[in-house]
Amino acid sequence: MIPDNNIKEMRQILYEFLDQKMEEDERIVVIDADLSKSNGTYNLRKKYPNRAFDVGVAEQNMAGIGAGMAAYGFIPFISTFVPFATRRICDQVAVSIAYANRNVKIIGSDPGIAAELNGGTHMSFEDIGVFRSIPNMVIFEPVDVIQLKKALPQIVEYEGPLYIRFFRKWTPTVFDEDYEFNLFKGDLIKEGKDITIIASGIMVYEALLACKKLKEKGIDGELINIHTIKPIDRDCIIKSARKTNRVVTCENHNTIGGLRSAVTEVLSESYPVIVKGIGVQDRFGQVGKLPYLKKAYGLEADNIVNTCMDIINN
Amino acid sequence: MHKLARTLHLNISSRNRFYNPPYFRKEGIIKMLDIDLLNKKCIDIRKLIVNQIGGLGVGHIGGSLSVVELLVYLYYHEMNIDPKNPDMEGRDRFIMSKGHGGPALYSVLADKGYFSIEELDTLNKPGTNLPSHCDMLKTRGVDMTTGSLGQGLSCAVGMALGSKIKSDDAYIYCLLGDGEIQEGQIWEAAMAAGHFKLNRLIVFLDYNKMQISGTVEEIMDIEPVIDKWKSFNWNVYRANGHNINGIHKSVIEAKKSKDKPTMIILDTIKGKGVSFAEEAKVLSHSMTISEDMRIKAIKELDSEVDNL
Repeated sequence: MIPDNNIKEMRQILYEFLDQKMEEDERIVVIDADLSKSNGTYNLRKKYPNRAFDVGVAEQNMAGIGAGMAAYGFIPFISTFVPFATRRICDQVAVSIAYANRNVKIIGSDPGIAAELNGGTHMSFEDIGVFRSIPNMVIFEPVDVIQLKKALPQIVEYEGPLYIRFFRKWTPTVFDEDYEFNLFKGDLIKEGKDITIIASGIMVYEALLACKKLKEKGIDGELINIHTIKPIDRDCIIKSARKTNRVVTCENHNTIGGLRSAVTEVLSESYPVIVKGIGVQDRFGQVGKLPYLKKAYGLEADNIVNTCMDIINN
Repeated sequence: MHKLARTLHLNISSRNRFYNPPYFRKEGIIKMLDIDLLNKKCIDIRKLIVNQIGGLGVGHIGGSLSVVELLVYLYYHEMNIDPKNPDMEGRDRFIMSKGHGGPALYSVLADKGYFSIEELDTLNKPGTNLPSHCDMLKTRGVDMTTGSLGQGLSCAVGMALGSKIKSDDAYIYCLLGDGEIQEGQIWEAAMAAGHFKLNRLIVFLDYNKMQISGTVEEIMDIEPVIDKWKSFNWNVYRANGHNINGIHKSVIEAKKSKDKPTMIILDTIKGKGVSFAEEAKVLSHSMTISEDMRIKAIKELDSEVDNL
């Protein structure tokens, strides 16, 4: 897919928001661990040298500093790549941030296959699973720039630990400007009656494409975006499952521990139906560009269509 | 009267002397150290620790007893705090990075009036506000949740940075265990504190030279410990951790610092002041305490009062 030059990168939206918000709200601080140029936060330190700074390649310390500053009344955004923001500092997040219930916003960029050429070591498919099992953690994965722009003020307003699973580059737009965002509600993007497709992050666009392809086959798919994977919008999932009795989940993450797990946990308790998971099937990452990786892990519209047809035909 | 309060023989008039008037540090008023009073207070606090852990029958007694003089010095002499207003803006903070020192901190906080002395009896009992390791959400007066070793210093660095932004002139105090500094995160935080020139961050090392599995020297030696901290751009002082005057002198020096954080290495004795704990050496990290041991220890501490 060719990036649309009229659409800003996700990190540009993050930067613009923080730049403005830091002016209004002196509680906001931004802490990086030598990846601020990747995450778009670098220039903040020129304007706010005391409140935007780097701790070097030391993510554990970054988490602790964030917790300490939150205990001092600040709202720290700590920012690095997904694997270092989650699995590497899991204990610091669990104890200093989540157990202590500190108001720290954790930005993990390049989720899943977005790590591209950094390859297997940087390609986290387990981060949602890691954080989902830690109490107090909110997990949010934006879909596009329109949603991110609407989400960031609510994220600042929300008091408590929150993880932003942050695709930082250009991404196709799914939402309209007049879209109403609620941090704790799923979005019914397209109504349908034959099958429910529940997607998150970059998979929402693939699912949207899949819906169009399904329509050509006479299948009326319902598409739900779950941007907040924890706490998950149970009602929206159950309501749709009751209608269609068939569910497919789509995630840029291991199907163990991520969106599929979260959705099946809800449905198994309230309305058990068949749920198939599109996502990484318990494998590690590898180097590659997005189109290659999408194909390698089946994270594309065609696979969603085939999976939907499998369920419907069987 | 409750058994803990009874064993303290609290003299109300002398207790009130510890409720400090506001500390006018900006005007440069330096309070005189009342050594006798503070030494007496150390015995009181040790008794509270022994009764707290003894009442339960098991706990982290060694590392709680080794830090008493420091806590008494900070909480009864040095820190700008108000037990009636535990969330006071601009107050000094204390982070017990060696979170298992909880019982020592709880004894001091209860005695200072953050909560009742009776509550100390609930240590580690179901539903308590006094868990084994420090928890800021549960215990009034606890400034940071700690327990997973190595994390508290980073939080202290965060607070010191926060204090700098707010220009509130607070001091951030932090206590590390000697085994704790084997954690890598400590050195990330040490590097950051030096880099950010956090001159109002004053950190203490409870150097009792023992950890759970043996002496620090045999398990993972931290020497040359002075050189390590110096090389991370810290001021380093060393004092006898059971001599309040020595601690005081080091803190006075630390407060002269303009551009460096300070590490004060306290040579301490694990289990200090209670024979069975001192004799248990490394086994005093967390040990079972019988009622006989508790009574004997209280008698021992009472007799120390007479020797003051």
